Amino acid sequence: MSVLKRELMPLKSSSDVVLARQKVRQWAIELRFSLVDQTKLVTAASELARNALDHGKGGQMSIEHVANGAKTGLRLVFEDQGPGIPDIEQALKDGFTTGAGMGLGLGGSKRLVNEFSIESEVGKGTRIAVVRWK
Amino acid sequence: MERIPVLRMGSLLLITIQVDMHDKLALQLQDDVTERISDWGSTGVLIDISSLEIVDSFIGRMLANIAAMSRVLGADTVVVGMQPAVAITLVELGMSLPGVRTALSVEAGMELLFGSVPGTQSGSGDERPQA
Repeated sequence: MSVLKRELMPLKSSSDVVLARQKVRQWAIELRFSLVDQTKLVTAASELARNALDHGKGGQMSIEHVANGAKTGLRLVFEDQGPGIPDIEQALKDGFTTGAGMGLGLGGSKRLVNEFSIESEVGKGTRIAVVRWK
Repeated sequence: MERIPVLRMGSLLLITIQVDMHDKLALQLQDDVTERISDWGSTGVLIDISSLEIVDSFIGRMLANIAAMSRVLGADTVVVGMQPAVAITLVELGMSLPGVRTALSVEAGMELLFGSVPGTQSGSGDERPQA
């Protein structure tokens, strides 16, 4: 997979989550995703950005136009230096929450994208990468 | 401070969400609605989300909370105008907004509330039977 274009966004406050959503929308429109796909990407971005902020104590989002052969898509990478996730399998289950949410953030956003990968180390932080292909 | 306006129409509260809400604004709205219901004795709450381009789990939870809190305070809530792409995404996310009544348009939402809110004056001129 090659990266054609990349931009970094900080995630330090809840207004950064709004900016991240708007930036993902703008890129998804530029890459000519359908309205439903745009909505799925923006919603996944919102969940994961809030996740990095609330559970990871803030971090950053990298937004990338990627290509794999003839396929192009949008990749979003969320990184934080927070406490990490001790049990990833459990965190991906619907209804699991340590915060005030519904526990749909991780499992739900996984359903909104084509590829989802998560790496986390307790005490070091979490990195979540998602791709939606056109 | 930035706030989403809560309008009073007789015994109804009308809320039109037209901005991309950050989380604190959503929580503020929750507080404002419950306070207004209590201040004004409102029996219906109509929330128009037709301008919202996404509803994520946080906003979904806020809508569910408003509906639940309003019910406890004696008011019915109807959420109207959700865009189709938002509905598709919300269900795939795993949220079908249980406990939240919905309608396609403000008019249909009013009709739902007029059916359950006595004493509200209907001005729509709609002749279909009430729900």
